[in-house]
Amino acid sequence: MSGRLLLRRARLLDPLQQLDMRGDLLVEDGRVTALGPDLVSGPGIETVECDGACVAPGIIDMRVQFRDPGAEHQESMESAGLAAAAGGVTTMVALPNTYPPIDDVALVEFVARRSRDIRLVNIRTYAAATKGLEGRELSEYGLLAAAGAVGFTDADRAIADAQVMRRALSYARTFDLLLIQHPEEPSLAAGGAMNEGEVATRLGLPGISPAAELIMVERDLRLMEVTGARLHFAHVSTGAAIDAIRQAKSRGLPVSCDTAPHYFALNENEVGEYRTFAKVSPPLRSEDDRRAVVAGLADGTIDAIASDHSPHDQDAKRLPFTSAASGIVGLETLLPLSLALYHNRDVSLLAVLRALTLRPAEILRLPAGRLAAGAPADLIIFDLNRPWLIDSAAYRSKSKNAPYDGRPVQGMAVRTIVGGRTVFTRES
Amino acid sequence: MNKDEAAPWRRLFFGTGRGCWSTEANRLSMHVGAATRARRLPLRQPVPIVFFLMTALTPLVSYPHRHLLGIEGLSADEISFLIDRAESYIDQNRQVDKKQSLLRGRTIINLFFENSTRTRTSFELAGKRLGGDVINMSVATSSVRKGETLIDTAMTLTAMHPDVLVVRHPESGAVQLLAQKVDCAVINAGDGSHEHPTQALLDALAIRRRKGRLEGLTVAICGDILHSRVARSNIALLNAMGAYLRVVAPRTLLPAAIERLGVEVFHDMRRGLADADIVMMLRLQTERMQGSFVPSIREYFHFFGLDYEKLKVAKPDALIMHPGPMNRGIEIDTAVADDIDRSLIREQVEMGVAVRMACLEALTRELSNQAPA
Repeated sequence: MSGRLLLRRARLLDPLQQLDMRGDLLVEDGRVTALGPDLVSGPGIETVECDGACVAPGIIDMRVQFRDPGAEHQESMESAGLAAAAGGVTTMVALPNTYPPIDDVALVEFVARRSRDIRLVNIRTYAAATKGLEGRELSEYGLLAAAGAVGFTDADRAIADAQVMRRALSYARTFDLLLIQHPEEPSLAAGGAMNEGEVATRLGLPGISPAAELIMVERDLRLMEVTGARLHFAHVSTGAAIDAIRQAKSRGLPVSCDTAPHYFALNENEVGEYRTFAKVSPPLRSEDDRRAVVAGLADGTIDAIASDHSPHDQDAKRLPFTSAASGIVGLETLLPLSLALYHNRDVSLLAVLRALTLRPAEILRLPAGRLAAGAPADLIIFDLNRPWLIDSAAYRSKSKNAPYDGRPVQGMAVRTIVGGRTVFTRES
Repeated sequence: MNKDEAAPWRRLFFGTGRGCWSTEANRLSMHVGAATRARRLPLRQPVPIVFFLMTALTPLVSYPHRHLLGIEGLSADEISFLIDRAESYIDQNRQVDKKQSLLRGRTIINLFFENSTRTRTSFELAGKRLGGDVINMSVATSSVRKGETLIDTAMTLTAMHPDVLVVRHPESGAVQLLAQKVDCAVINAGDGSHEHPTQALLDALAIRRRKGRLEGLTVAICGDILHSRVARSNIALLNAMGAYLRVVAPRTLLPAAIERLGVEVFHDMRRGLADADIVMMLRLQTERMQGSFVPSIREYFHFFGLDYEKLKVAKPDALIMHPGPMNRGIEIDTAVADDIDRSLIREQVEMGVAVRMACLEALTRELSNQAPA
């Protein structure tokens, strides 16, 4: 822990208190201790002049895939940590689909130990909801949670069997733990390569019906009613599923969901002429669905934005479309693509930040995601308006698989602070 | 709005078989709508009079693309050019001496990642009759990871300096991917469920020879549209040439939003074939017959197999086509298939060689004779 740090003349943004004001912020021993106008600097205090740049809680990216352990050449925890720091992410939550999958206490401890050794951003992990991510036997929820797992999921696979899902929810409720579902009915999506519709038909690619998402969401909402458990839906991408979740929330079910930037920044046309960088699971949807995702973020039905960072090497993407791997890397573009919601006047700035920071923290019950005395000093300083062009080759991530190369965006993190320690500063 | 009223409206927007969704540069530069149907020299800038006289002696339009990857994106002029050239080869193919020396010294490699006898043989004959050297390579996809084979094979073959690669692959888009990696011209001989452009060209030539035109004809494509690259290429081509397109199939064999490709959709042969000029049957893959898309051969033939009874509603001179190989008794009755007055099936095979000769000629015409630096 470093000593004391004063951020001066900043635009302080806190989604918890709905705070948007000019002021200073003081960090002591890894925690925020004061914020307000004209805090006084003193000896031994490192002062950062913000000149009106925004200071906000660091991003909590609740859906990140590493390939560590197992395929570190695609993404190690360290390379992901560098990418996260550059993207303004102060806490990453890892999916358990590594090799071996994280379904054992020793592996949860491994992630925690590696995170401490790397000392970049906070790394937390989910554990597998079922042993080996196979969708059959429950993993040891109680012991895994005690070891530090923040939730349980089979990562990019849905828990397909309704009885297994019911028991997983029921057992998780015993310990008041969170399950995260990849909402896609696998038998309906099987063999599909992109969203079902005109583009898939023209390209001769097998389509995935948007109903595959809705069916799984509706089934699980019923199982929530049966079990009373909490459930979080990952990366919702269709208007129909968002409507179902909106209604469930109005009925008072403890349901939450997130989406990824590609579902509000892109639509199925991005596939163009078989661009495998636009292959992702769930697939990029129609323009109507994209608009529904934006609307879901605007009205708060969608709680959080997560990058769904999915690194793949060139060999996995330089293939015919149906054989290519699914996934987009997103740690370094999460902030600017999300800020486009604000720049396009679709969502207020505080609501965008709320989806990136406070809501993930609340869903995962982490103490971060807010600017308040006593909160961990996980902070970002960002330039809200600076325009730049995304350059895939410049990613710190080991994998470059993203369809955003050359895209103009606005806003970037200029300094990332984790536990009071600066882990990233951008050369201007 | 009844279907007859709907048709012209839809043709206005979708009739060229090209949507506005593509961002590919060459598509953006295409003419749109009726302009593509007019056969004229596209005058983009002042043309010197000498050049104008020269072009008057050669075909007015040519085929300006490096590859032939699909019909979608080709203009009516370019399609007509290829069909016209193919027509000129028909007589040559009926002579005793069928050989030319146009492609002398050129190497053509037939690279087939999927089994095929007819298409491969047709390309082989076309290449040989133009005097080129033709090599056949069949790559078993099951033994190696498909993609590795594809890119690696492309790199290996490029090093051997072929002039044309003729490629068939079981995955949509694979031929396009390969074309990006090689230095030579590439002809798509069928990629997954995407396109099979030479099949559509030969179908168009066969129709034109018997009907004298393509424009204004009503063509019903029947059967497994969902998995058919032949259907997609034919829809694109016949729409570009001004025909009226219908598809007839059970709903399980139709892809989503097929009507957006500029076709009228029917689920009943008697309605779909009514007053049709051309009835184009598609092959039903027997492995898809095991109850997953249609319940049984018996039921399929009863409702969607072509026999004289169903053909009665079509025009009296309606012609029957099939890309082959046929499943007699599944999608087509033997008597109909062999009816020499109605069936174009044998002619389609004959036109296939001529069309492939025209395509090889068009793609090699502009090829440099210099070795790459």
